[in-house]
Amino acid sequence: MTVEMLTTILIAMLGGAIRVSTPFMFVALGETITEKSGRINLGLEGNLVLGAMVAYGVSYETGNPWLGVLCAGLSGVFLGLIHGLICSLPRVNDIAVGIAMMTFGIGVAFFFGKPYIQPSAPRLESLPLGGWSDNSALRSALEINPLFFVGIIAAVAIWWMLANTRPGVILRMVGDSEPSARAMGVNPIRVRILATAAGGFMAGVGGAFLSLSYPGSWNEGLSSGQGLMAVALVIFARWNPLRCILAALLFGAAGAIGPALQSVGISQGYYFFNAAPYILTLFIMIASARSGARAAVAPGELSIVK
Amino acid sequence: MADITTGSFGGGASTVRLRAALEKIAIPVGALIVSALLFSVFLLALGKNPLTFYALIWQGGFASSFSIQNTLQRAAPLILTGLAFAVPATIGLTMIGAEGALVLGGFAAAAIAVPLVGAEAPVALTMLIMVAFAMAAGAMLTMIAGWLRHARGVNETISTLLLTYIAIATMNFFVEGMLRDPNSANKPSTVPIGDAYKVGTIPGTDVHWGLAAGLVLAVLLYFLMYRTTFGFAARVTGGNPRAALAQGLPVGKLILTCAAISGACAGLAGYYEVAAIHGQANASLVAGYGFTGILVAFLARQNPLAVVPVAILFGALDASGGLIQRRMDLPDATIQVLQGLIFVVLLASETLTGRIRFFQAGAGK
Repeated sequence: MTVEMLTTILIAMLGGAIRVSTPFMFVALGETITEKSGRINLGLEGNLVLGAMVAYGVSYETGNPWLGVLCAGLSGVFLGLIHGLICSLPRVNDIAVGIAMMTFGIGVAFFFGKPYIQPSAPRLESLPLGGWSDNSALRSALEINPLFFVGIIAAVAIWWMLANTRPGVILRMVGDSEPSARAMGVNPIRVRILATAAGGFMAGVGGAFLSLSYPGSWNEGLSSGQGLMAVALVIFARWNPLRCILAALLFGAAGAIGPALQSVGISQGYYFFNAAPYILTLFIMIASARSGARAAVAPGELSIVK
Repeated sequence: MADITTGSFGGGASTVRLRAALEKIAIPVGALIVSALLFSVFLLALGKNPLTFYALIWQGGFASSFSIQNTLQRAAPLILTGLAFAVPATIGLTMIGAEGALVLGGFAAAAIAVPLVGAEAPVALTMLIMVAFAMAAGAMLTMIAGWLRHARGVNETISTLLLTYIAIATMNFFVEGMLRDPNSANKPSTVPIGDAYKVGTIPGTDVHWGLAAGLVLAVLLYFLMYRTTFGFAARVTGGNPRAALAQGLPVGKLILTCAAISGACAGLAGYYEVAAIHGQANASLVAGYGFTGILVAFLARQNPLAVVPVAILFGALDASGGLIQRRMDLPDATIQVLQGLIFVVLLASETLTGRIRFFQAGAGK
């Protein structure tokens, strides 16, 4: 392998990581907020797909892609509220409700999304940050969508809020110990409904990225399970919003290895590298299960770590 | 989802048992009715007639012998994937990897068929080996998750989900690579097994033998889970794992066995998809049967026998999709919205379990 080939691969991986990581980042942040409250939402795939459809439809109808992003987030709030309310009933299993909401969200997206498969809607413009370089591959790799930076800012903001603000402390307390939250006069159910709705908003915005930036169109095969991966990403990031950025970038890069190798003519193993993020997550789960470090950071009320 | 109410421990009067059984039917049926009403509101809001919609489901699903056969054909994989969820659920495991086990099973069957068909091996032997490979491949996948759960405490829901993606990628890796049929240009596939090696239909029908396999397994698994000491131990473990350990039950073995049964059922569904429908392994195997099976099992309250009628109901919904699309000018995702709605309402209805006085009457609580 020559130096040029290696450079091409690395640049393609960088570009791929940045492009692919954005929806990962939003679903992971959304899931972090929800799981910090002690509840798990396995249905973010539904929010992602519905968000993608709503964003594309609104952008097409109004000509304003940013309005599309907002409406995608609100569609996520809608699904999140249903999830949150149903899970607040006694004896209801949050994991199963997540799977149900995924089916429902994807169904609704496909149902109303049919008319938007053909037309072309205004996309979110990317920022050309690679203008200084005369390497065309690097320039295209550095065409970064503003939502990428929105995601990073959101991650820092959520991290700061969790650590330093009253809502953040309440959220963590509800997630760690329901009895102590009740003792403090906090209504855990209300906090969890709000946390699921907020998480749904983030996932909806992540979906908007799929349809309005990369791949940049609306069709029924748009998502390749990024929403389902949210749960794994959060475990990987150990419920830390800042590590969510790293986890998303890593998953993006792992997913970009295959196409990057293909760009230099190595097509063998493309699908093996497709599986890389899943294998990686599985190993991380195996390594961190029952470890003291994970037990210390995982919200105590979360069903998957009990 | 541990169904701790299943056991009729010391149930004295038969009316108590009858009312408890009635609860298991009444609540899901009530949930179905509520979803149908909610969906009617949805249709009315869109200016469509709900009565036409339900009439078309009847027409497309059950009204003629053609539609009944179409329904049963689609129900066949759902019975198997429904069982794949129901059996581990009885022991308290939420395993959602039936989709992956189906894909891997179908792929394994198609892959082992290539050299056998090439060598013109006897048909019966080839079929037997294909079935064995399909079930073993599916079982292997879910047993990994079962073992990780028991030995390392890795959550089985997440691990089965990840393994599903790994299984699909594994199939794609081989189907697009070393096992690709050079003649499959547009849709990379394995070499077709050929008509001679395909599974036929049940005599007098157009329904393949996968339906019969599903029915037999449903009955067998019902007996296993409700009429044997193994099943009793599994249900005790599902109700209270710590108590089961304290009682000295072999929890690890029970978990691994249930996981293996789950994967083998889904793998068998994959075998029939390959050997009765597609004739080769390709991306068509990823059809969502595994995920619909979760819904089927929930509606059946994880009871293997109840899985059969529920799978037929969903087969009918599926079968009438095309008719609804043509006659009512609704998108093909209509059925998916209805399925999602049923699923959500059904789970919400679980909250009523044990809270309706009629069903508890005489239970002495």
